[in-house]
Amino acid sequence: MAETSNKPLIDIKSLDKQFGPIHAVRGISFSVRKGEVLGFLGPNGAGKSTTMKMITGFLEPTSGTVTVCDYDILENPTEVKKRIGYLPEGAPLYGEMTVTSFLNFIADVRGMEGGHREKQIEEVIRKINLQSVRNQTLETLSKGFKRRVGVAQAILHDPEILIMDEPTDGLDPNQKHEVRTLIKEMAHNKAIIISTHILEEVDAVCTRAIIIASGKLLFDGTPAELLARSENGKLDDVFRQITTQFYSETGVTAQS
Amino acid sequence: MNNIAAVFKREFAAYFSTPVAYVFIVIFLFLMGVFTFYLGAFYESNQADLEPFFRFHPWLYLFLIPAIAMRLWSEERKSGTIELLMTLPITTWQSVIGKFLAAWCFTAVAIVLTFPIWITVNYLGKPDNTVILASYIGSLLMAGGFLAIGACISGLTKNQVIAFVISVVICFLFLLSGFPLVLDFFRSWAPQSVVNAIASFSFLTHFESIKKGVIDIRDLIFFVTLIAFWLYANVIVVESKKAS
Repeated sequence: MAETSNKPLIDIKSLDKQFGPIHAVRGISFSVRKGEVLGFLGPNGAGKSTTMKMITGFLEPTSGTVTVCDYDILENPTEVKKRIGYLPEGAPLYGEMTVTSFLNFIADVRGMEGGHREKQIEEVIRKINLQSVRNQTLETLSKGFKRRVGVAQAILHDPEILIMDEPTDGLDPNQKHEVRTLIKEMAHNKAIIISTHILEEVDAVCTRAIIIASGKLLFDGTPAELLARSENGKLDDVFRQITTQFYSETGVTAQS
Repeated sequence: MNNIAAVFKREFAAYFSTPVAYVFIVIFLFLMGVFTFYLGAFYESNQADLEPFFRFHPWLYLFLIPAIAMRLWSEERKSGTIELLMTLPITTWQSVIGKFLAAWCFTAVAIVLTFPIWITVNYLGKPDNTVILASYIGSLLMAGGFLAIGACISGLTKNQVIAFVISVVICFLFLLSGFPLVLDFFRSWAPQSVVNAIASFSFLTHFESIKKGVIDIRDLIFFVTLIAFWLYANVIVVESKKAS
């Protein structure tokens, strides 16, 4: 496990979200410290993206609190947003912009100036391997490149907190490997949350895993602890066991 | 301020990085010419003024301005970039103002490009250029009013066509609110004070008075308040509908 300091950077208490009759997130509490990479797992429609949207200030919780670096998301949304790098689900981008003009826009909004700004943009383009497409418009890029531009804009200002909704979705195995390596490199001085469907990813990059289903927190622990629950050493099976057991016990079915 | 500037820059460039800007400007200038010379009988009137030119601005704006405004928020919602925008350290106010100003400046570019008609009228005779300047300012203010309405409506839907159609209808009501078409509808049941208030919302009445060359403070206040009101509504609409 990576080094962790005591104070959590993200602190979530009994977070709840209802969309009309749909109860998407039900009283989830957890915290993330510096140096941790938290893997967010769950079936489709479990409430992963909704939870991430509440942490990043896109959605307002029905009840409960989100505190990021001691700032409450509802009281100081701008301070929270300054400290977070966020890759939304599906990596939405402004299609008509080029890679560099898009990163320059993000740098503008993040208040980056002077030589630091130039250096940071070049650094990120190099790190994410975007040199070959830097002057192409975003709508002409392949799915893999789009996702990487999404990651690039999230890490541009070197945030304390990184939240990525399925960062490796749609990437080929090599690109997946690159993104995972990148996450591991950054992990020591950030608090990172990633959501994923790929359980091997949890083993590969995460220091902690959380499983939610139907908006409820079912498991919170290290990947090793998760694995220890399994009879045959397969994460896939533990995941299925935990979620289906929950569904059959509660009578709740997966919502999409 | 920096955030407004960043949104403005991105949005303004977006018009010119797609064919939207060029198509709009060409059609705008072409229709202006057609209306002024054929319907407005610019030559036949034998008067050195631009009244036949400005007379048709409200009607052209009715269709063209909602076309500029419709993409402002609908597109963000459709492509999902609204989630990106709203999780950056920008307030909704800053985004709303940045986008509005970008669309307004784009409209200003189109309006400024009608300058050949001003040169023509000065070549042919001796017009009162202060009246022409006042008319241009009035025209720009009116365009701002239409834009603020269009931007707000655009925040209501993911569908640009719906945004366009609803904006045209609302702009039409504002344009003609001083006329029997709209007033008769209210006269039957609303008290006279309400009818008078509605009548005072007419873009056409306010534009007519500015077009005569007098920029009355009341007309200025009217357009500025109207723009402020619709931008305020825009903020509320975006914040309440962003996730749906």
